[in-house]
Amino acid sequence: MSQAESFTHLDRLEAESIHIFREVIAECDKPVMLYSIGKDSAVMLHLALKAFYPARPPFPLLHVDTTWKFRAMYEFRDALVKRLGLDLIVHVNQEGLKRGINPFTHGSRLHTDVMKTQALRQALDAHGFDAAFGGARRDEEKSRAKERIFSFRSAQHRWDPRQQRPELWSLYNARHRPGESIRVFPLSNWTELDVWQYIWREKIAVVPLYLAALRPVVERDGALIMVDDERLPLKPGEQPMLRKVRFRTLGCYPLTGAIESDADTIEAVITEMLSSRNSERQGRVIDHDAAGSMETKKLEGYF
Amino acid sequence: MAQQRPKPAAVRDLGAYLEAHDRMSLLRFITCGSVDDGKSTLIGRLLYESRVIFDDQLAALDEDTRRFGTRGSELDLALLVDGLAAEREQGITIDVAYRYFATDKRKFIVADTPGHEQYTRNMVTGASNADLAVILVDARKGVLTQTRRHSYLARLLGIPQVVLAVNKMDLVGYERAVFEAIVADYRAFGAQIGLTEIMPIPLSAVHGDNVTRHAASMPWFTGPTLMEHLESVAVDARLTEQPFRLPVQWVNRPHADFRGYSGQIVSGLIRPGDRVRVLPAGREARVGRIVTADGDLGAASAGQSVTLTLDSEVDVGRGDVIAAAGAAPQVASQFEATIVWLNDEPMLQGRAYLLKSGARTVSATVTPLKHKINVNTLEHTAAERLELNDIGVCELELDQPIVFEPYAENRALGGFILIDRISNGTVGAGLIHFALRRSQNVHWQALDVDKQLRARQKGQRACVLWLTGLSGAGKSTIANRIEKQLAAQGRHTYLLDGDNVRHGLNKDLGFAAQDRVENIRRVAEVSRLMVDAGLIVLVSFISPFRAERRMARALFGPGEFFEVFVDTPLAVAEGRDAKGLYRKARRGELKNFTGIDSPYETPEHPEIRIDTTKLSAEQAADFVVAHLKAAGVTGPA
Ligand SMILES: Nc1nc2c(ncn2[C@@H]2O[C@H](COP(=O)(O)OP(=O)(O)O)[C@@H](O)[C@H]2O)c(=O)[nH]1
Repeated sequence: MSQAESFTHLDRLEAESIHIFREVIAECDKPVMLYSIGKDSAVMLHLALKAFYPARPPFPLLHVDTTWKFRAMYEFRDALVKRLGLDLIVHVNQEGLKRGINPFTHGSRLHTDVMKTQALRQALDAHGFDAAFGGARRDEEKSRAKERIFSFRSAQHRWDPRQQRPELWSLYNARHRPGESIRVFPLSNWTELDVWQYIWREKIAVVPLYLAALRPVVERDGALIMVDDERLPLKPGEQPMLRKVRFRTLGCYPLTGAIESDADTIEAVITEMLSSRNSERQGRVIDHDAAGSMETKKLEGYF
Repeated sequence: MAQQRPKPAAVRDLGAYLEAHDRMSLLRFITCGSVDDGKSTLIGRLLYESRVIFDDQLAALDEDTRRFGTRGSELDLALLVDGLAAEREQGITIDVAYRYFATDKRKFIVADTPGHEQYTRNMVTGASNADLAVILVDARKGVLTQTRRHSYLARLLGIPQVVLAVNKMDLVGYERAVFEAIVADYRAFGAQIGLTEIMPIPLSAVHGDNVTRHAASMPWFTGPTLMEHLESVAVDARLTEQPFRLPVQWVNRPHADFRGYSGQIVSGLIRPGDRVRVLPAGREARVGRIVTADGDLGAASAGQSVTLTLDSEVDVGRGDVIAAAGAAPQVASQFEATIVWLNDEPMLQGRAYLLKSGARTVSATVTPLKHKINVNTLEHTAAERLELNDIGVCELELDQPIVFEPYAENRALGGFILIDRISNGTVGAGLIHFALRRSQNVHWQALDVDKQLRARQKGQRACVLWLTGLSGAGKSTIANRIEKQLAAQGRHTYLLDGDNVRHGLNKDLGFAAQDRVENIRRVAEVSRLMVDAGLIVLVSFISPFRAERRMARALFGPGEFFEVFVDTPLAVAEGRDAKGLYRKARRGELKNFTGIDSPYETPEHPEIRIDTTKLSAEQAADFVVAHLKAAGVTGPA
């Protein structure tokens, strides 16, 4: 039984995620993977490559671009797509772009709504995708703890907690009517530590911003915001200073707080996380609005 | 309070640390209790003590405690696990939530299922993957009906072990006698339902007594703390020792030289060269390679997701099961099973649902429902339908055989879900007991004279015209005229009329939903025999439910079934009221009358729609007869 003994916790998670990928491919017409360039997306992509080997994942990647991501993220994305020969669709809400929606003048809420939530809907509708893989985990946030692995959305992309289907054993029901779609979360049962541990074990490449380096930041409302390009309007008295920082999650740079850290290797990041007393969501400006705000966004169709 | 929490241990050798972590076993458990037994507090405490809760979340908890807390200025740990804003406002939790934590010994997933009306549905969902159940009891209240129900469900879903957590011991003065009386009571009940592996622990969730530390308040208790027990209880590893089974999810064919069968092994162990049988077809082959992205494996076992190649060309598709040749599972199309109903709309006998088991989805009909189980008293009662949260034992008939094992032996091949064909919702969960003998013995007789031959002799193509519409819509009148015209052309026909059939074949049926379903099922089967006899069959039945019309349609081949929607607005039909039925129904003298207090579900895609406000009965008949000619049913007379 040596095989069974060497079947570890990460192996178990991996096998479950692969099972989920294959069910979707078998039961849905036109799936897509939402690729956000972050660590969870990196793990999800890695799993998809495994799930269909020796075939290629039979679906494209979709990046909903708010145009406010870190430069390092764009560089990473483009290099990855080239290296792996992936089929990537980049979608920007052109209307929002024309209206000049940005996180400063319009606030994080409106910016996220227009450039992320509405943009995602546009892209899904335009291509007629009926299933979208997302990298969300149940341990990320309280309201996620009840999220199904297969999460149903109406033709208007709305999430109705009462219409979600019970998930028993590993039997997933992916049937849906034309127009309806499913968000599928293959990483539902992974924790943040699992994700890092897997990145370490499998040597998965991640955006360098996850590792500590000297970066120009300003301190704003208690968060360290990186001055990633000249679009960040400096407030009176604000002076970018070089600090050794890294990010626990990556989003739009003006909305993502850095933490001071010396962890410049994956090992160091994990060690630091093991002794950390703050959750990964701490750096996300978007969640601070109000308790339950994630849920509100989900009802509206944000991932 | 934050300061008292265990400090994270300094990690010296990260590689060794992570490897040890990765080797840990996983325990999936479920917590059940009635409202206010302290379940949220207990889970919050487990998370808190195992350091899953970060400081920023604690700060949020501080704020929540001030807004929603029930414990004065003390941190309300229950708020750590109360999720959605909607439920917080109502002060209740309404669904299954999953939480994750780990200690230095083990990793845990807790399915948190609150107790309310939706209880059975939630608990069954959470229990389907659990290794253990923590059953909470309030020390002041003892074993309640709820406790018995939770325990019964845990047993039903095959959870081998339970913890009887007697909470709020602080409110009974930490009295040993109170605890022991509850334990004795519970053991007696457990024996009745076959629950034997019971670990009783006295707790105070708010104070943390016996949760993670031995309580000074209860020196008389010498057993383990809850955490110690969760960390050490044996996790079922028997799956690997059972015979090999892999439900095929997907056929992997990147190019002409490779054909692999992908799936997750649900039991047993496999090596290249092993003989396997592909079911239900039953062909045998040997395993060629076990392919993964990390290289071919020398062996793979339960839990692993792999891709197998076979050494010979056998036909394998999604839904097939690859099994050890020497110990293959059974194949059958009729079963006895327990069904737990999960949907607001009741389960009806005779209605066809989709059944998903492993990677196979087939059509299933409930034929008869044997009895319902009262989870509180364990009594069996006769029933014709299952309502939300009901549990019943029934026989199921599938349209094609599936590979299965009794649920008690293998959860993965013995558990199934039922899916509504119209809403696509998951409406039921089932546990297979055994295959019915008759399914192995009854074979369809292949006959030399067939439908085509019989119909050709009559100079026609056999088919059914299914007229549906409200009472008084004009179905019978129109059907009658159609039949007259066809007879005049020399066609061979038969008309099945709702009222007439109810005088004979269906006189034992009333008008409740399940009777209406059975009514249609019989008529559909009779029409099928008549179509087989080569006839053009006219069916004139209200047939108000989409599901039954769809079931009827499924009995026929392509081009054989014409749904004719006799479309008459309710007001018009009621205005005619030839038989005076609407008046009676309005006076409440007729129950379950379609259009009044029982719904009529309008056809979505009828082959033929007749608007009786525009066409006379004769014009409608002309229209249908012309349609039959165009469709090639009636050739030149
Ligand atoms: N005295 C006492 N109160 C408790 C204990 N456990 C929970 N409670 C209280 O009982 C109430 C209900 O607890 P909660 O965890 O929300 O119950 P749930 O509905 O089962 O999740 C709250 O006011 C808790 O603080 C206990 O061990 N002792």
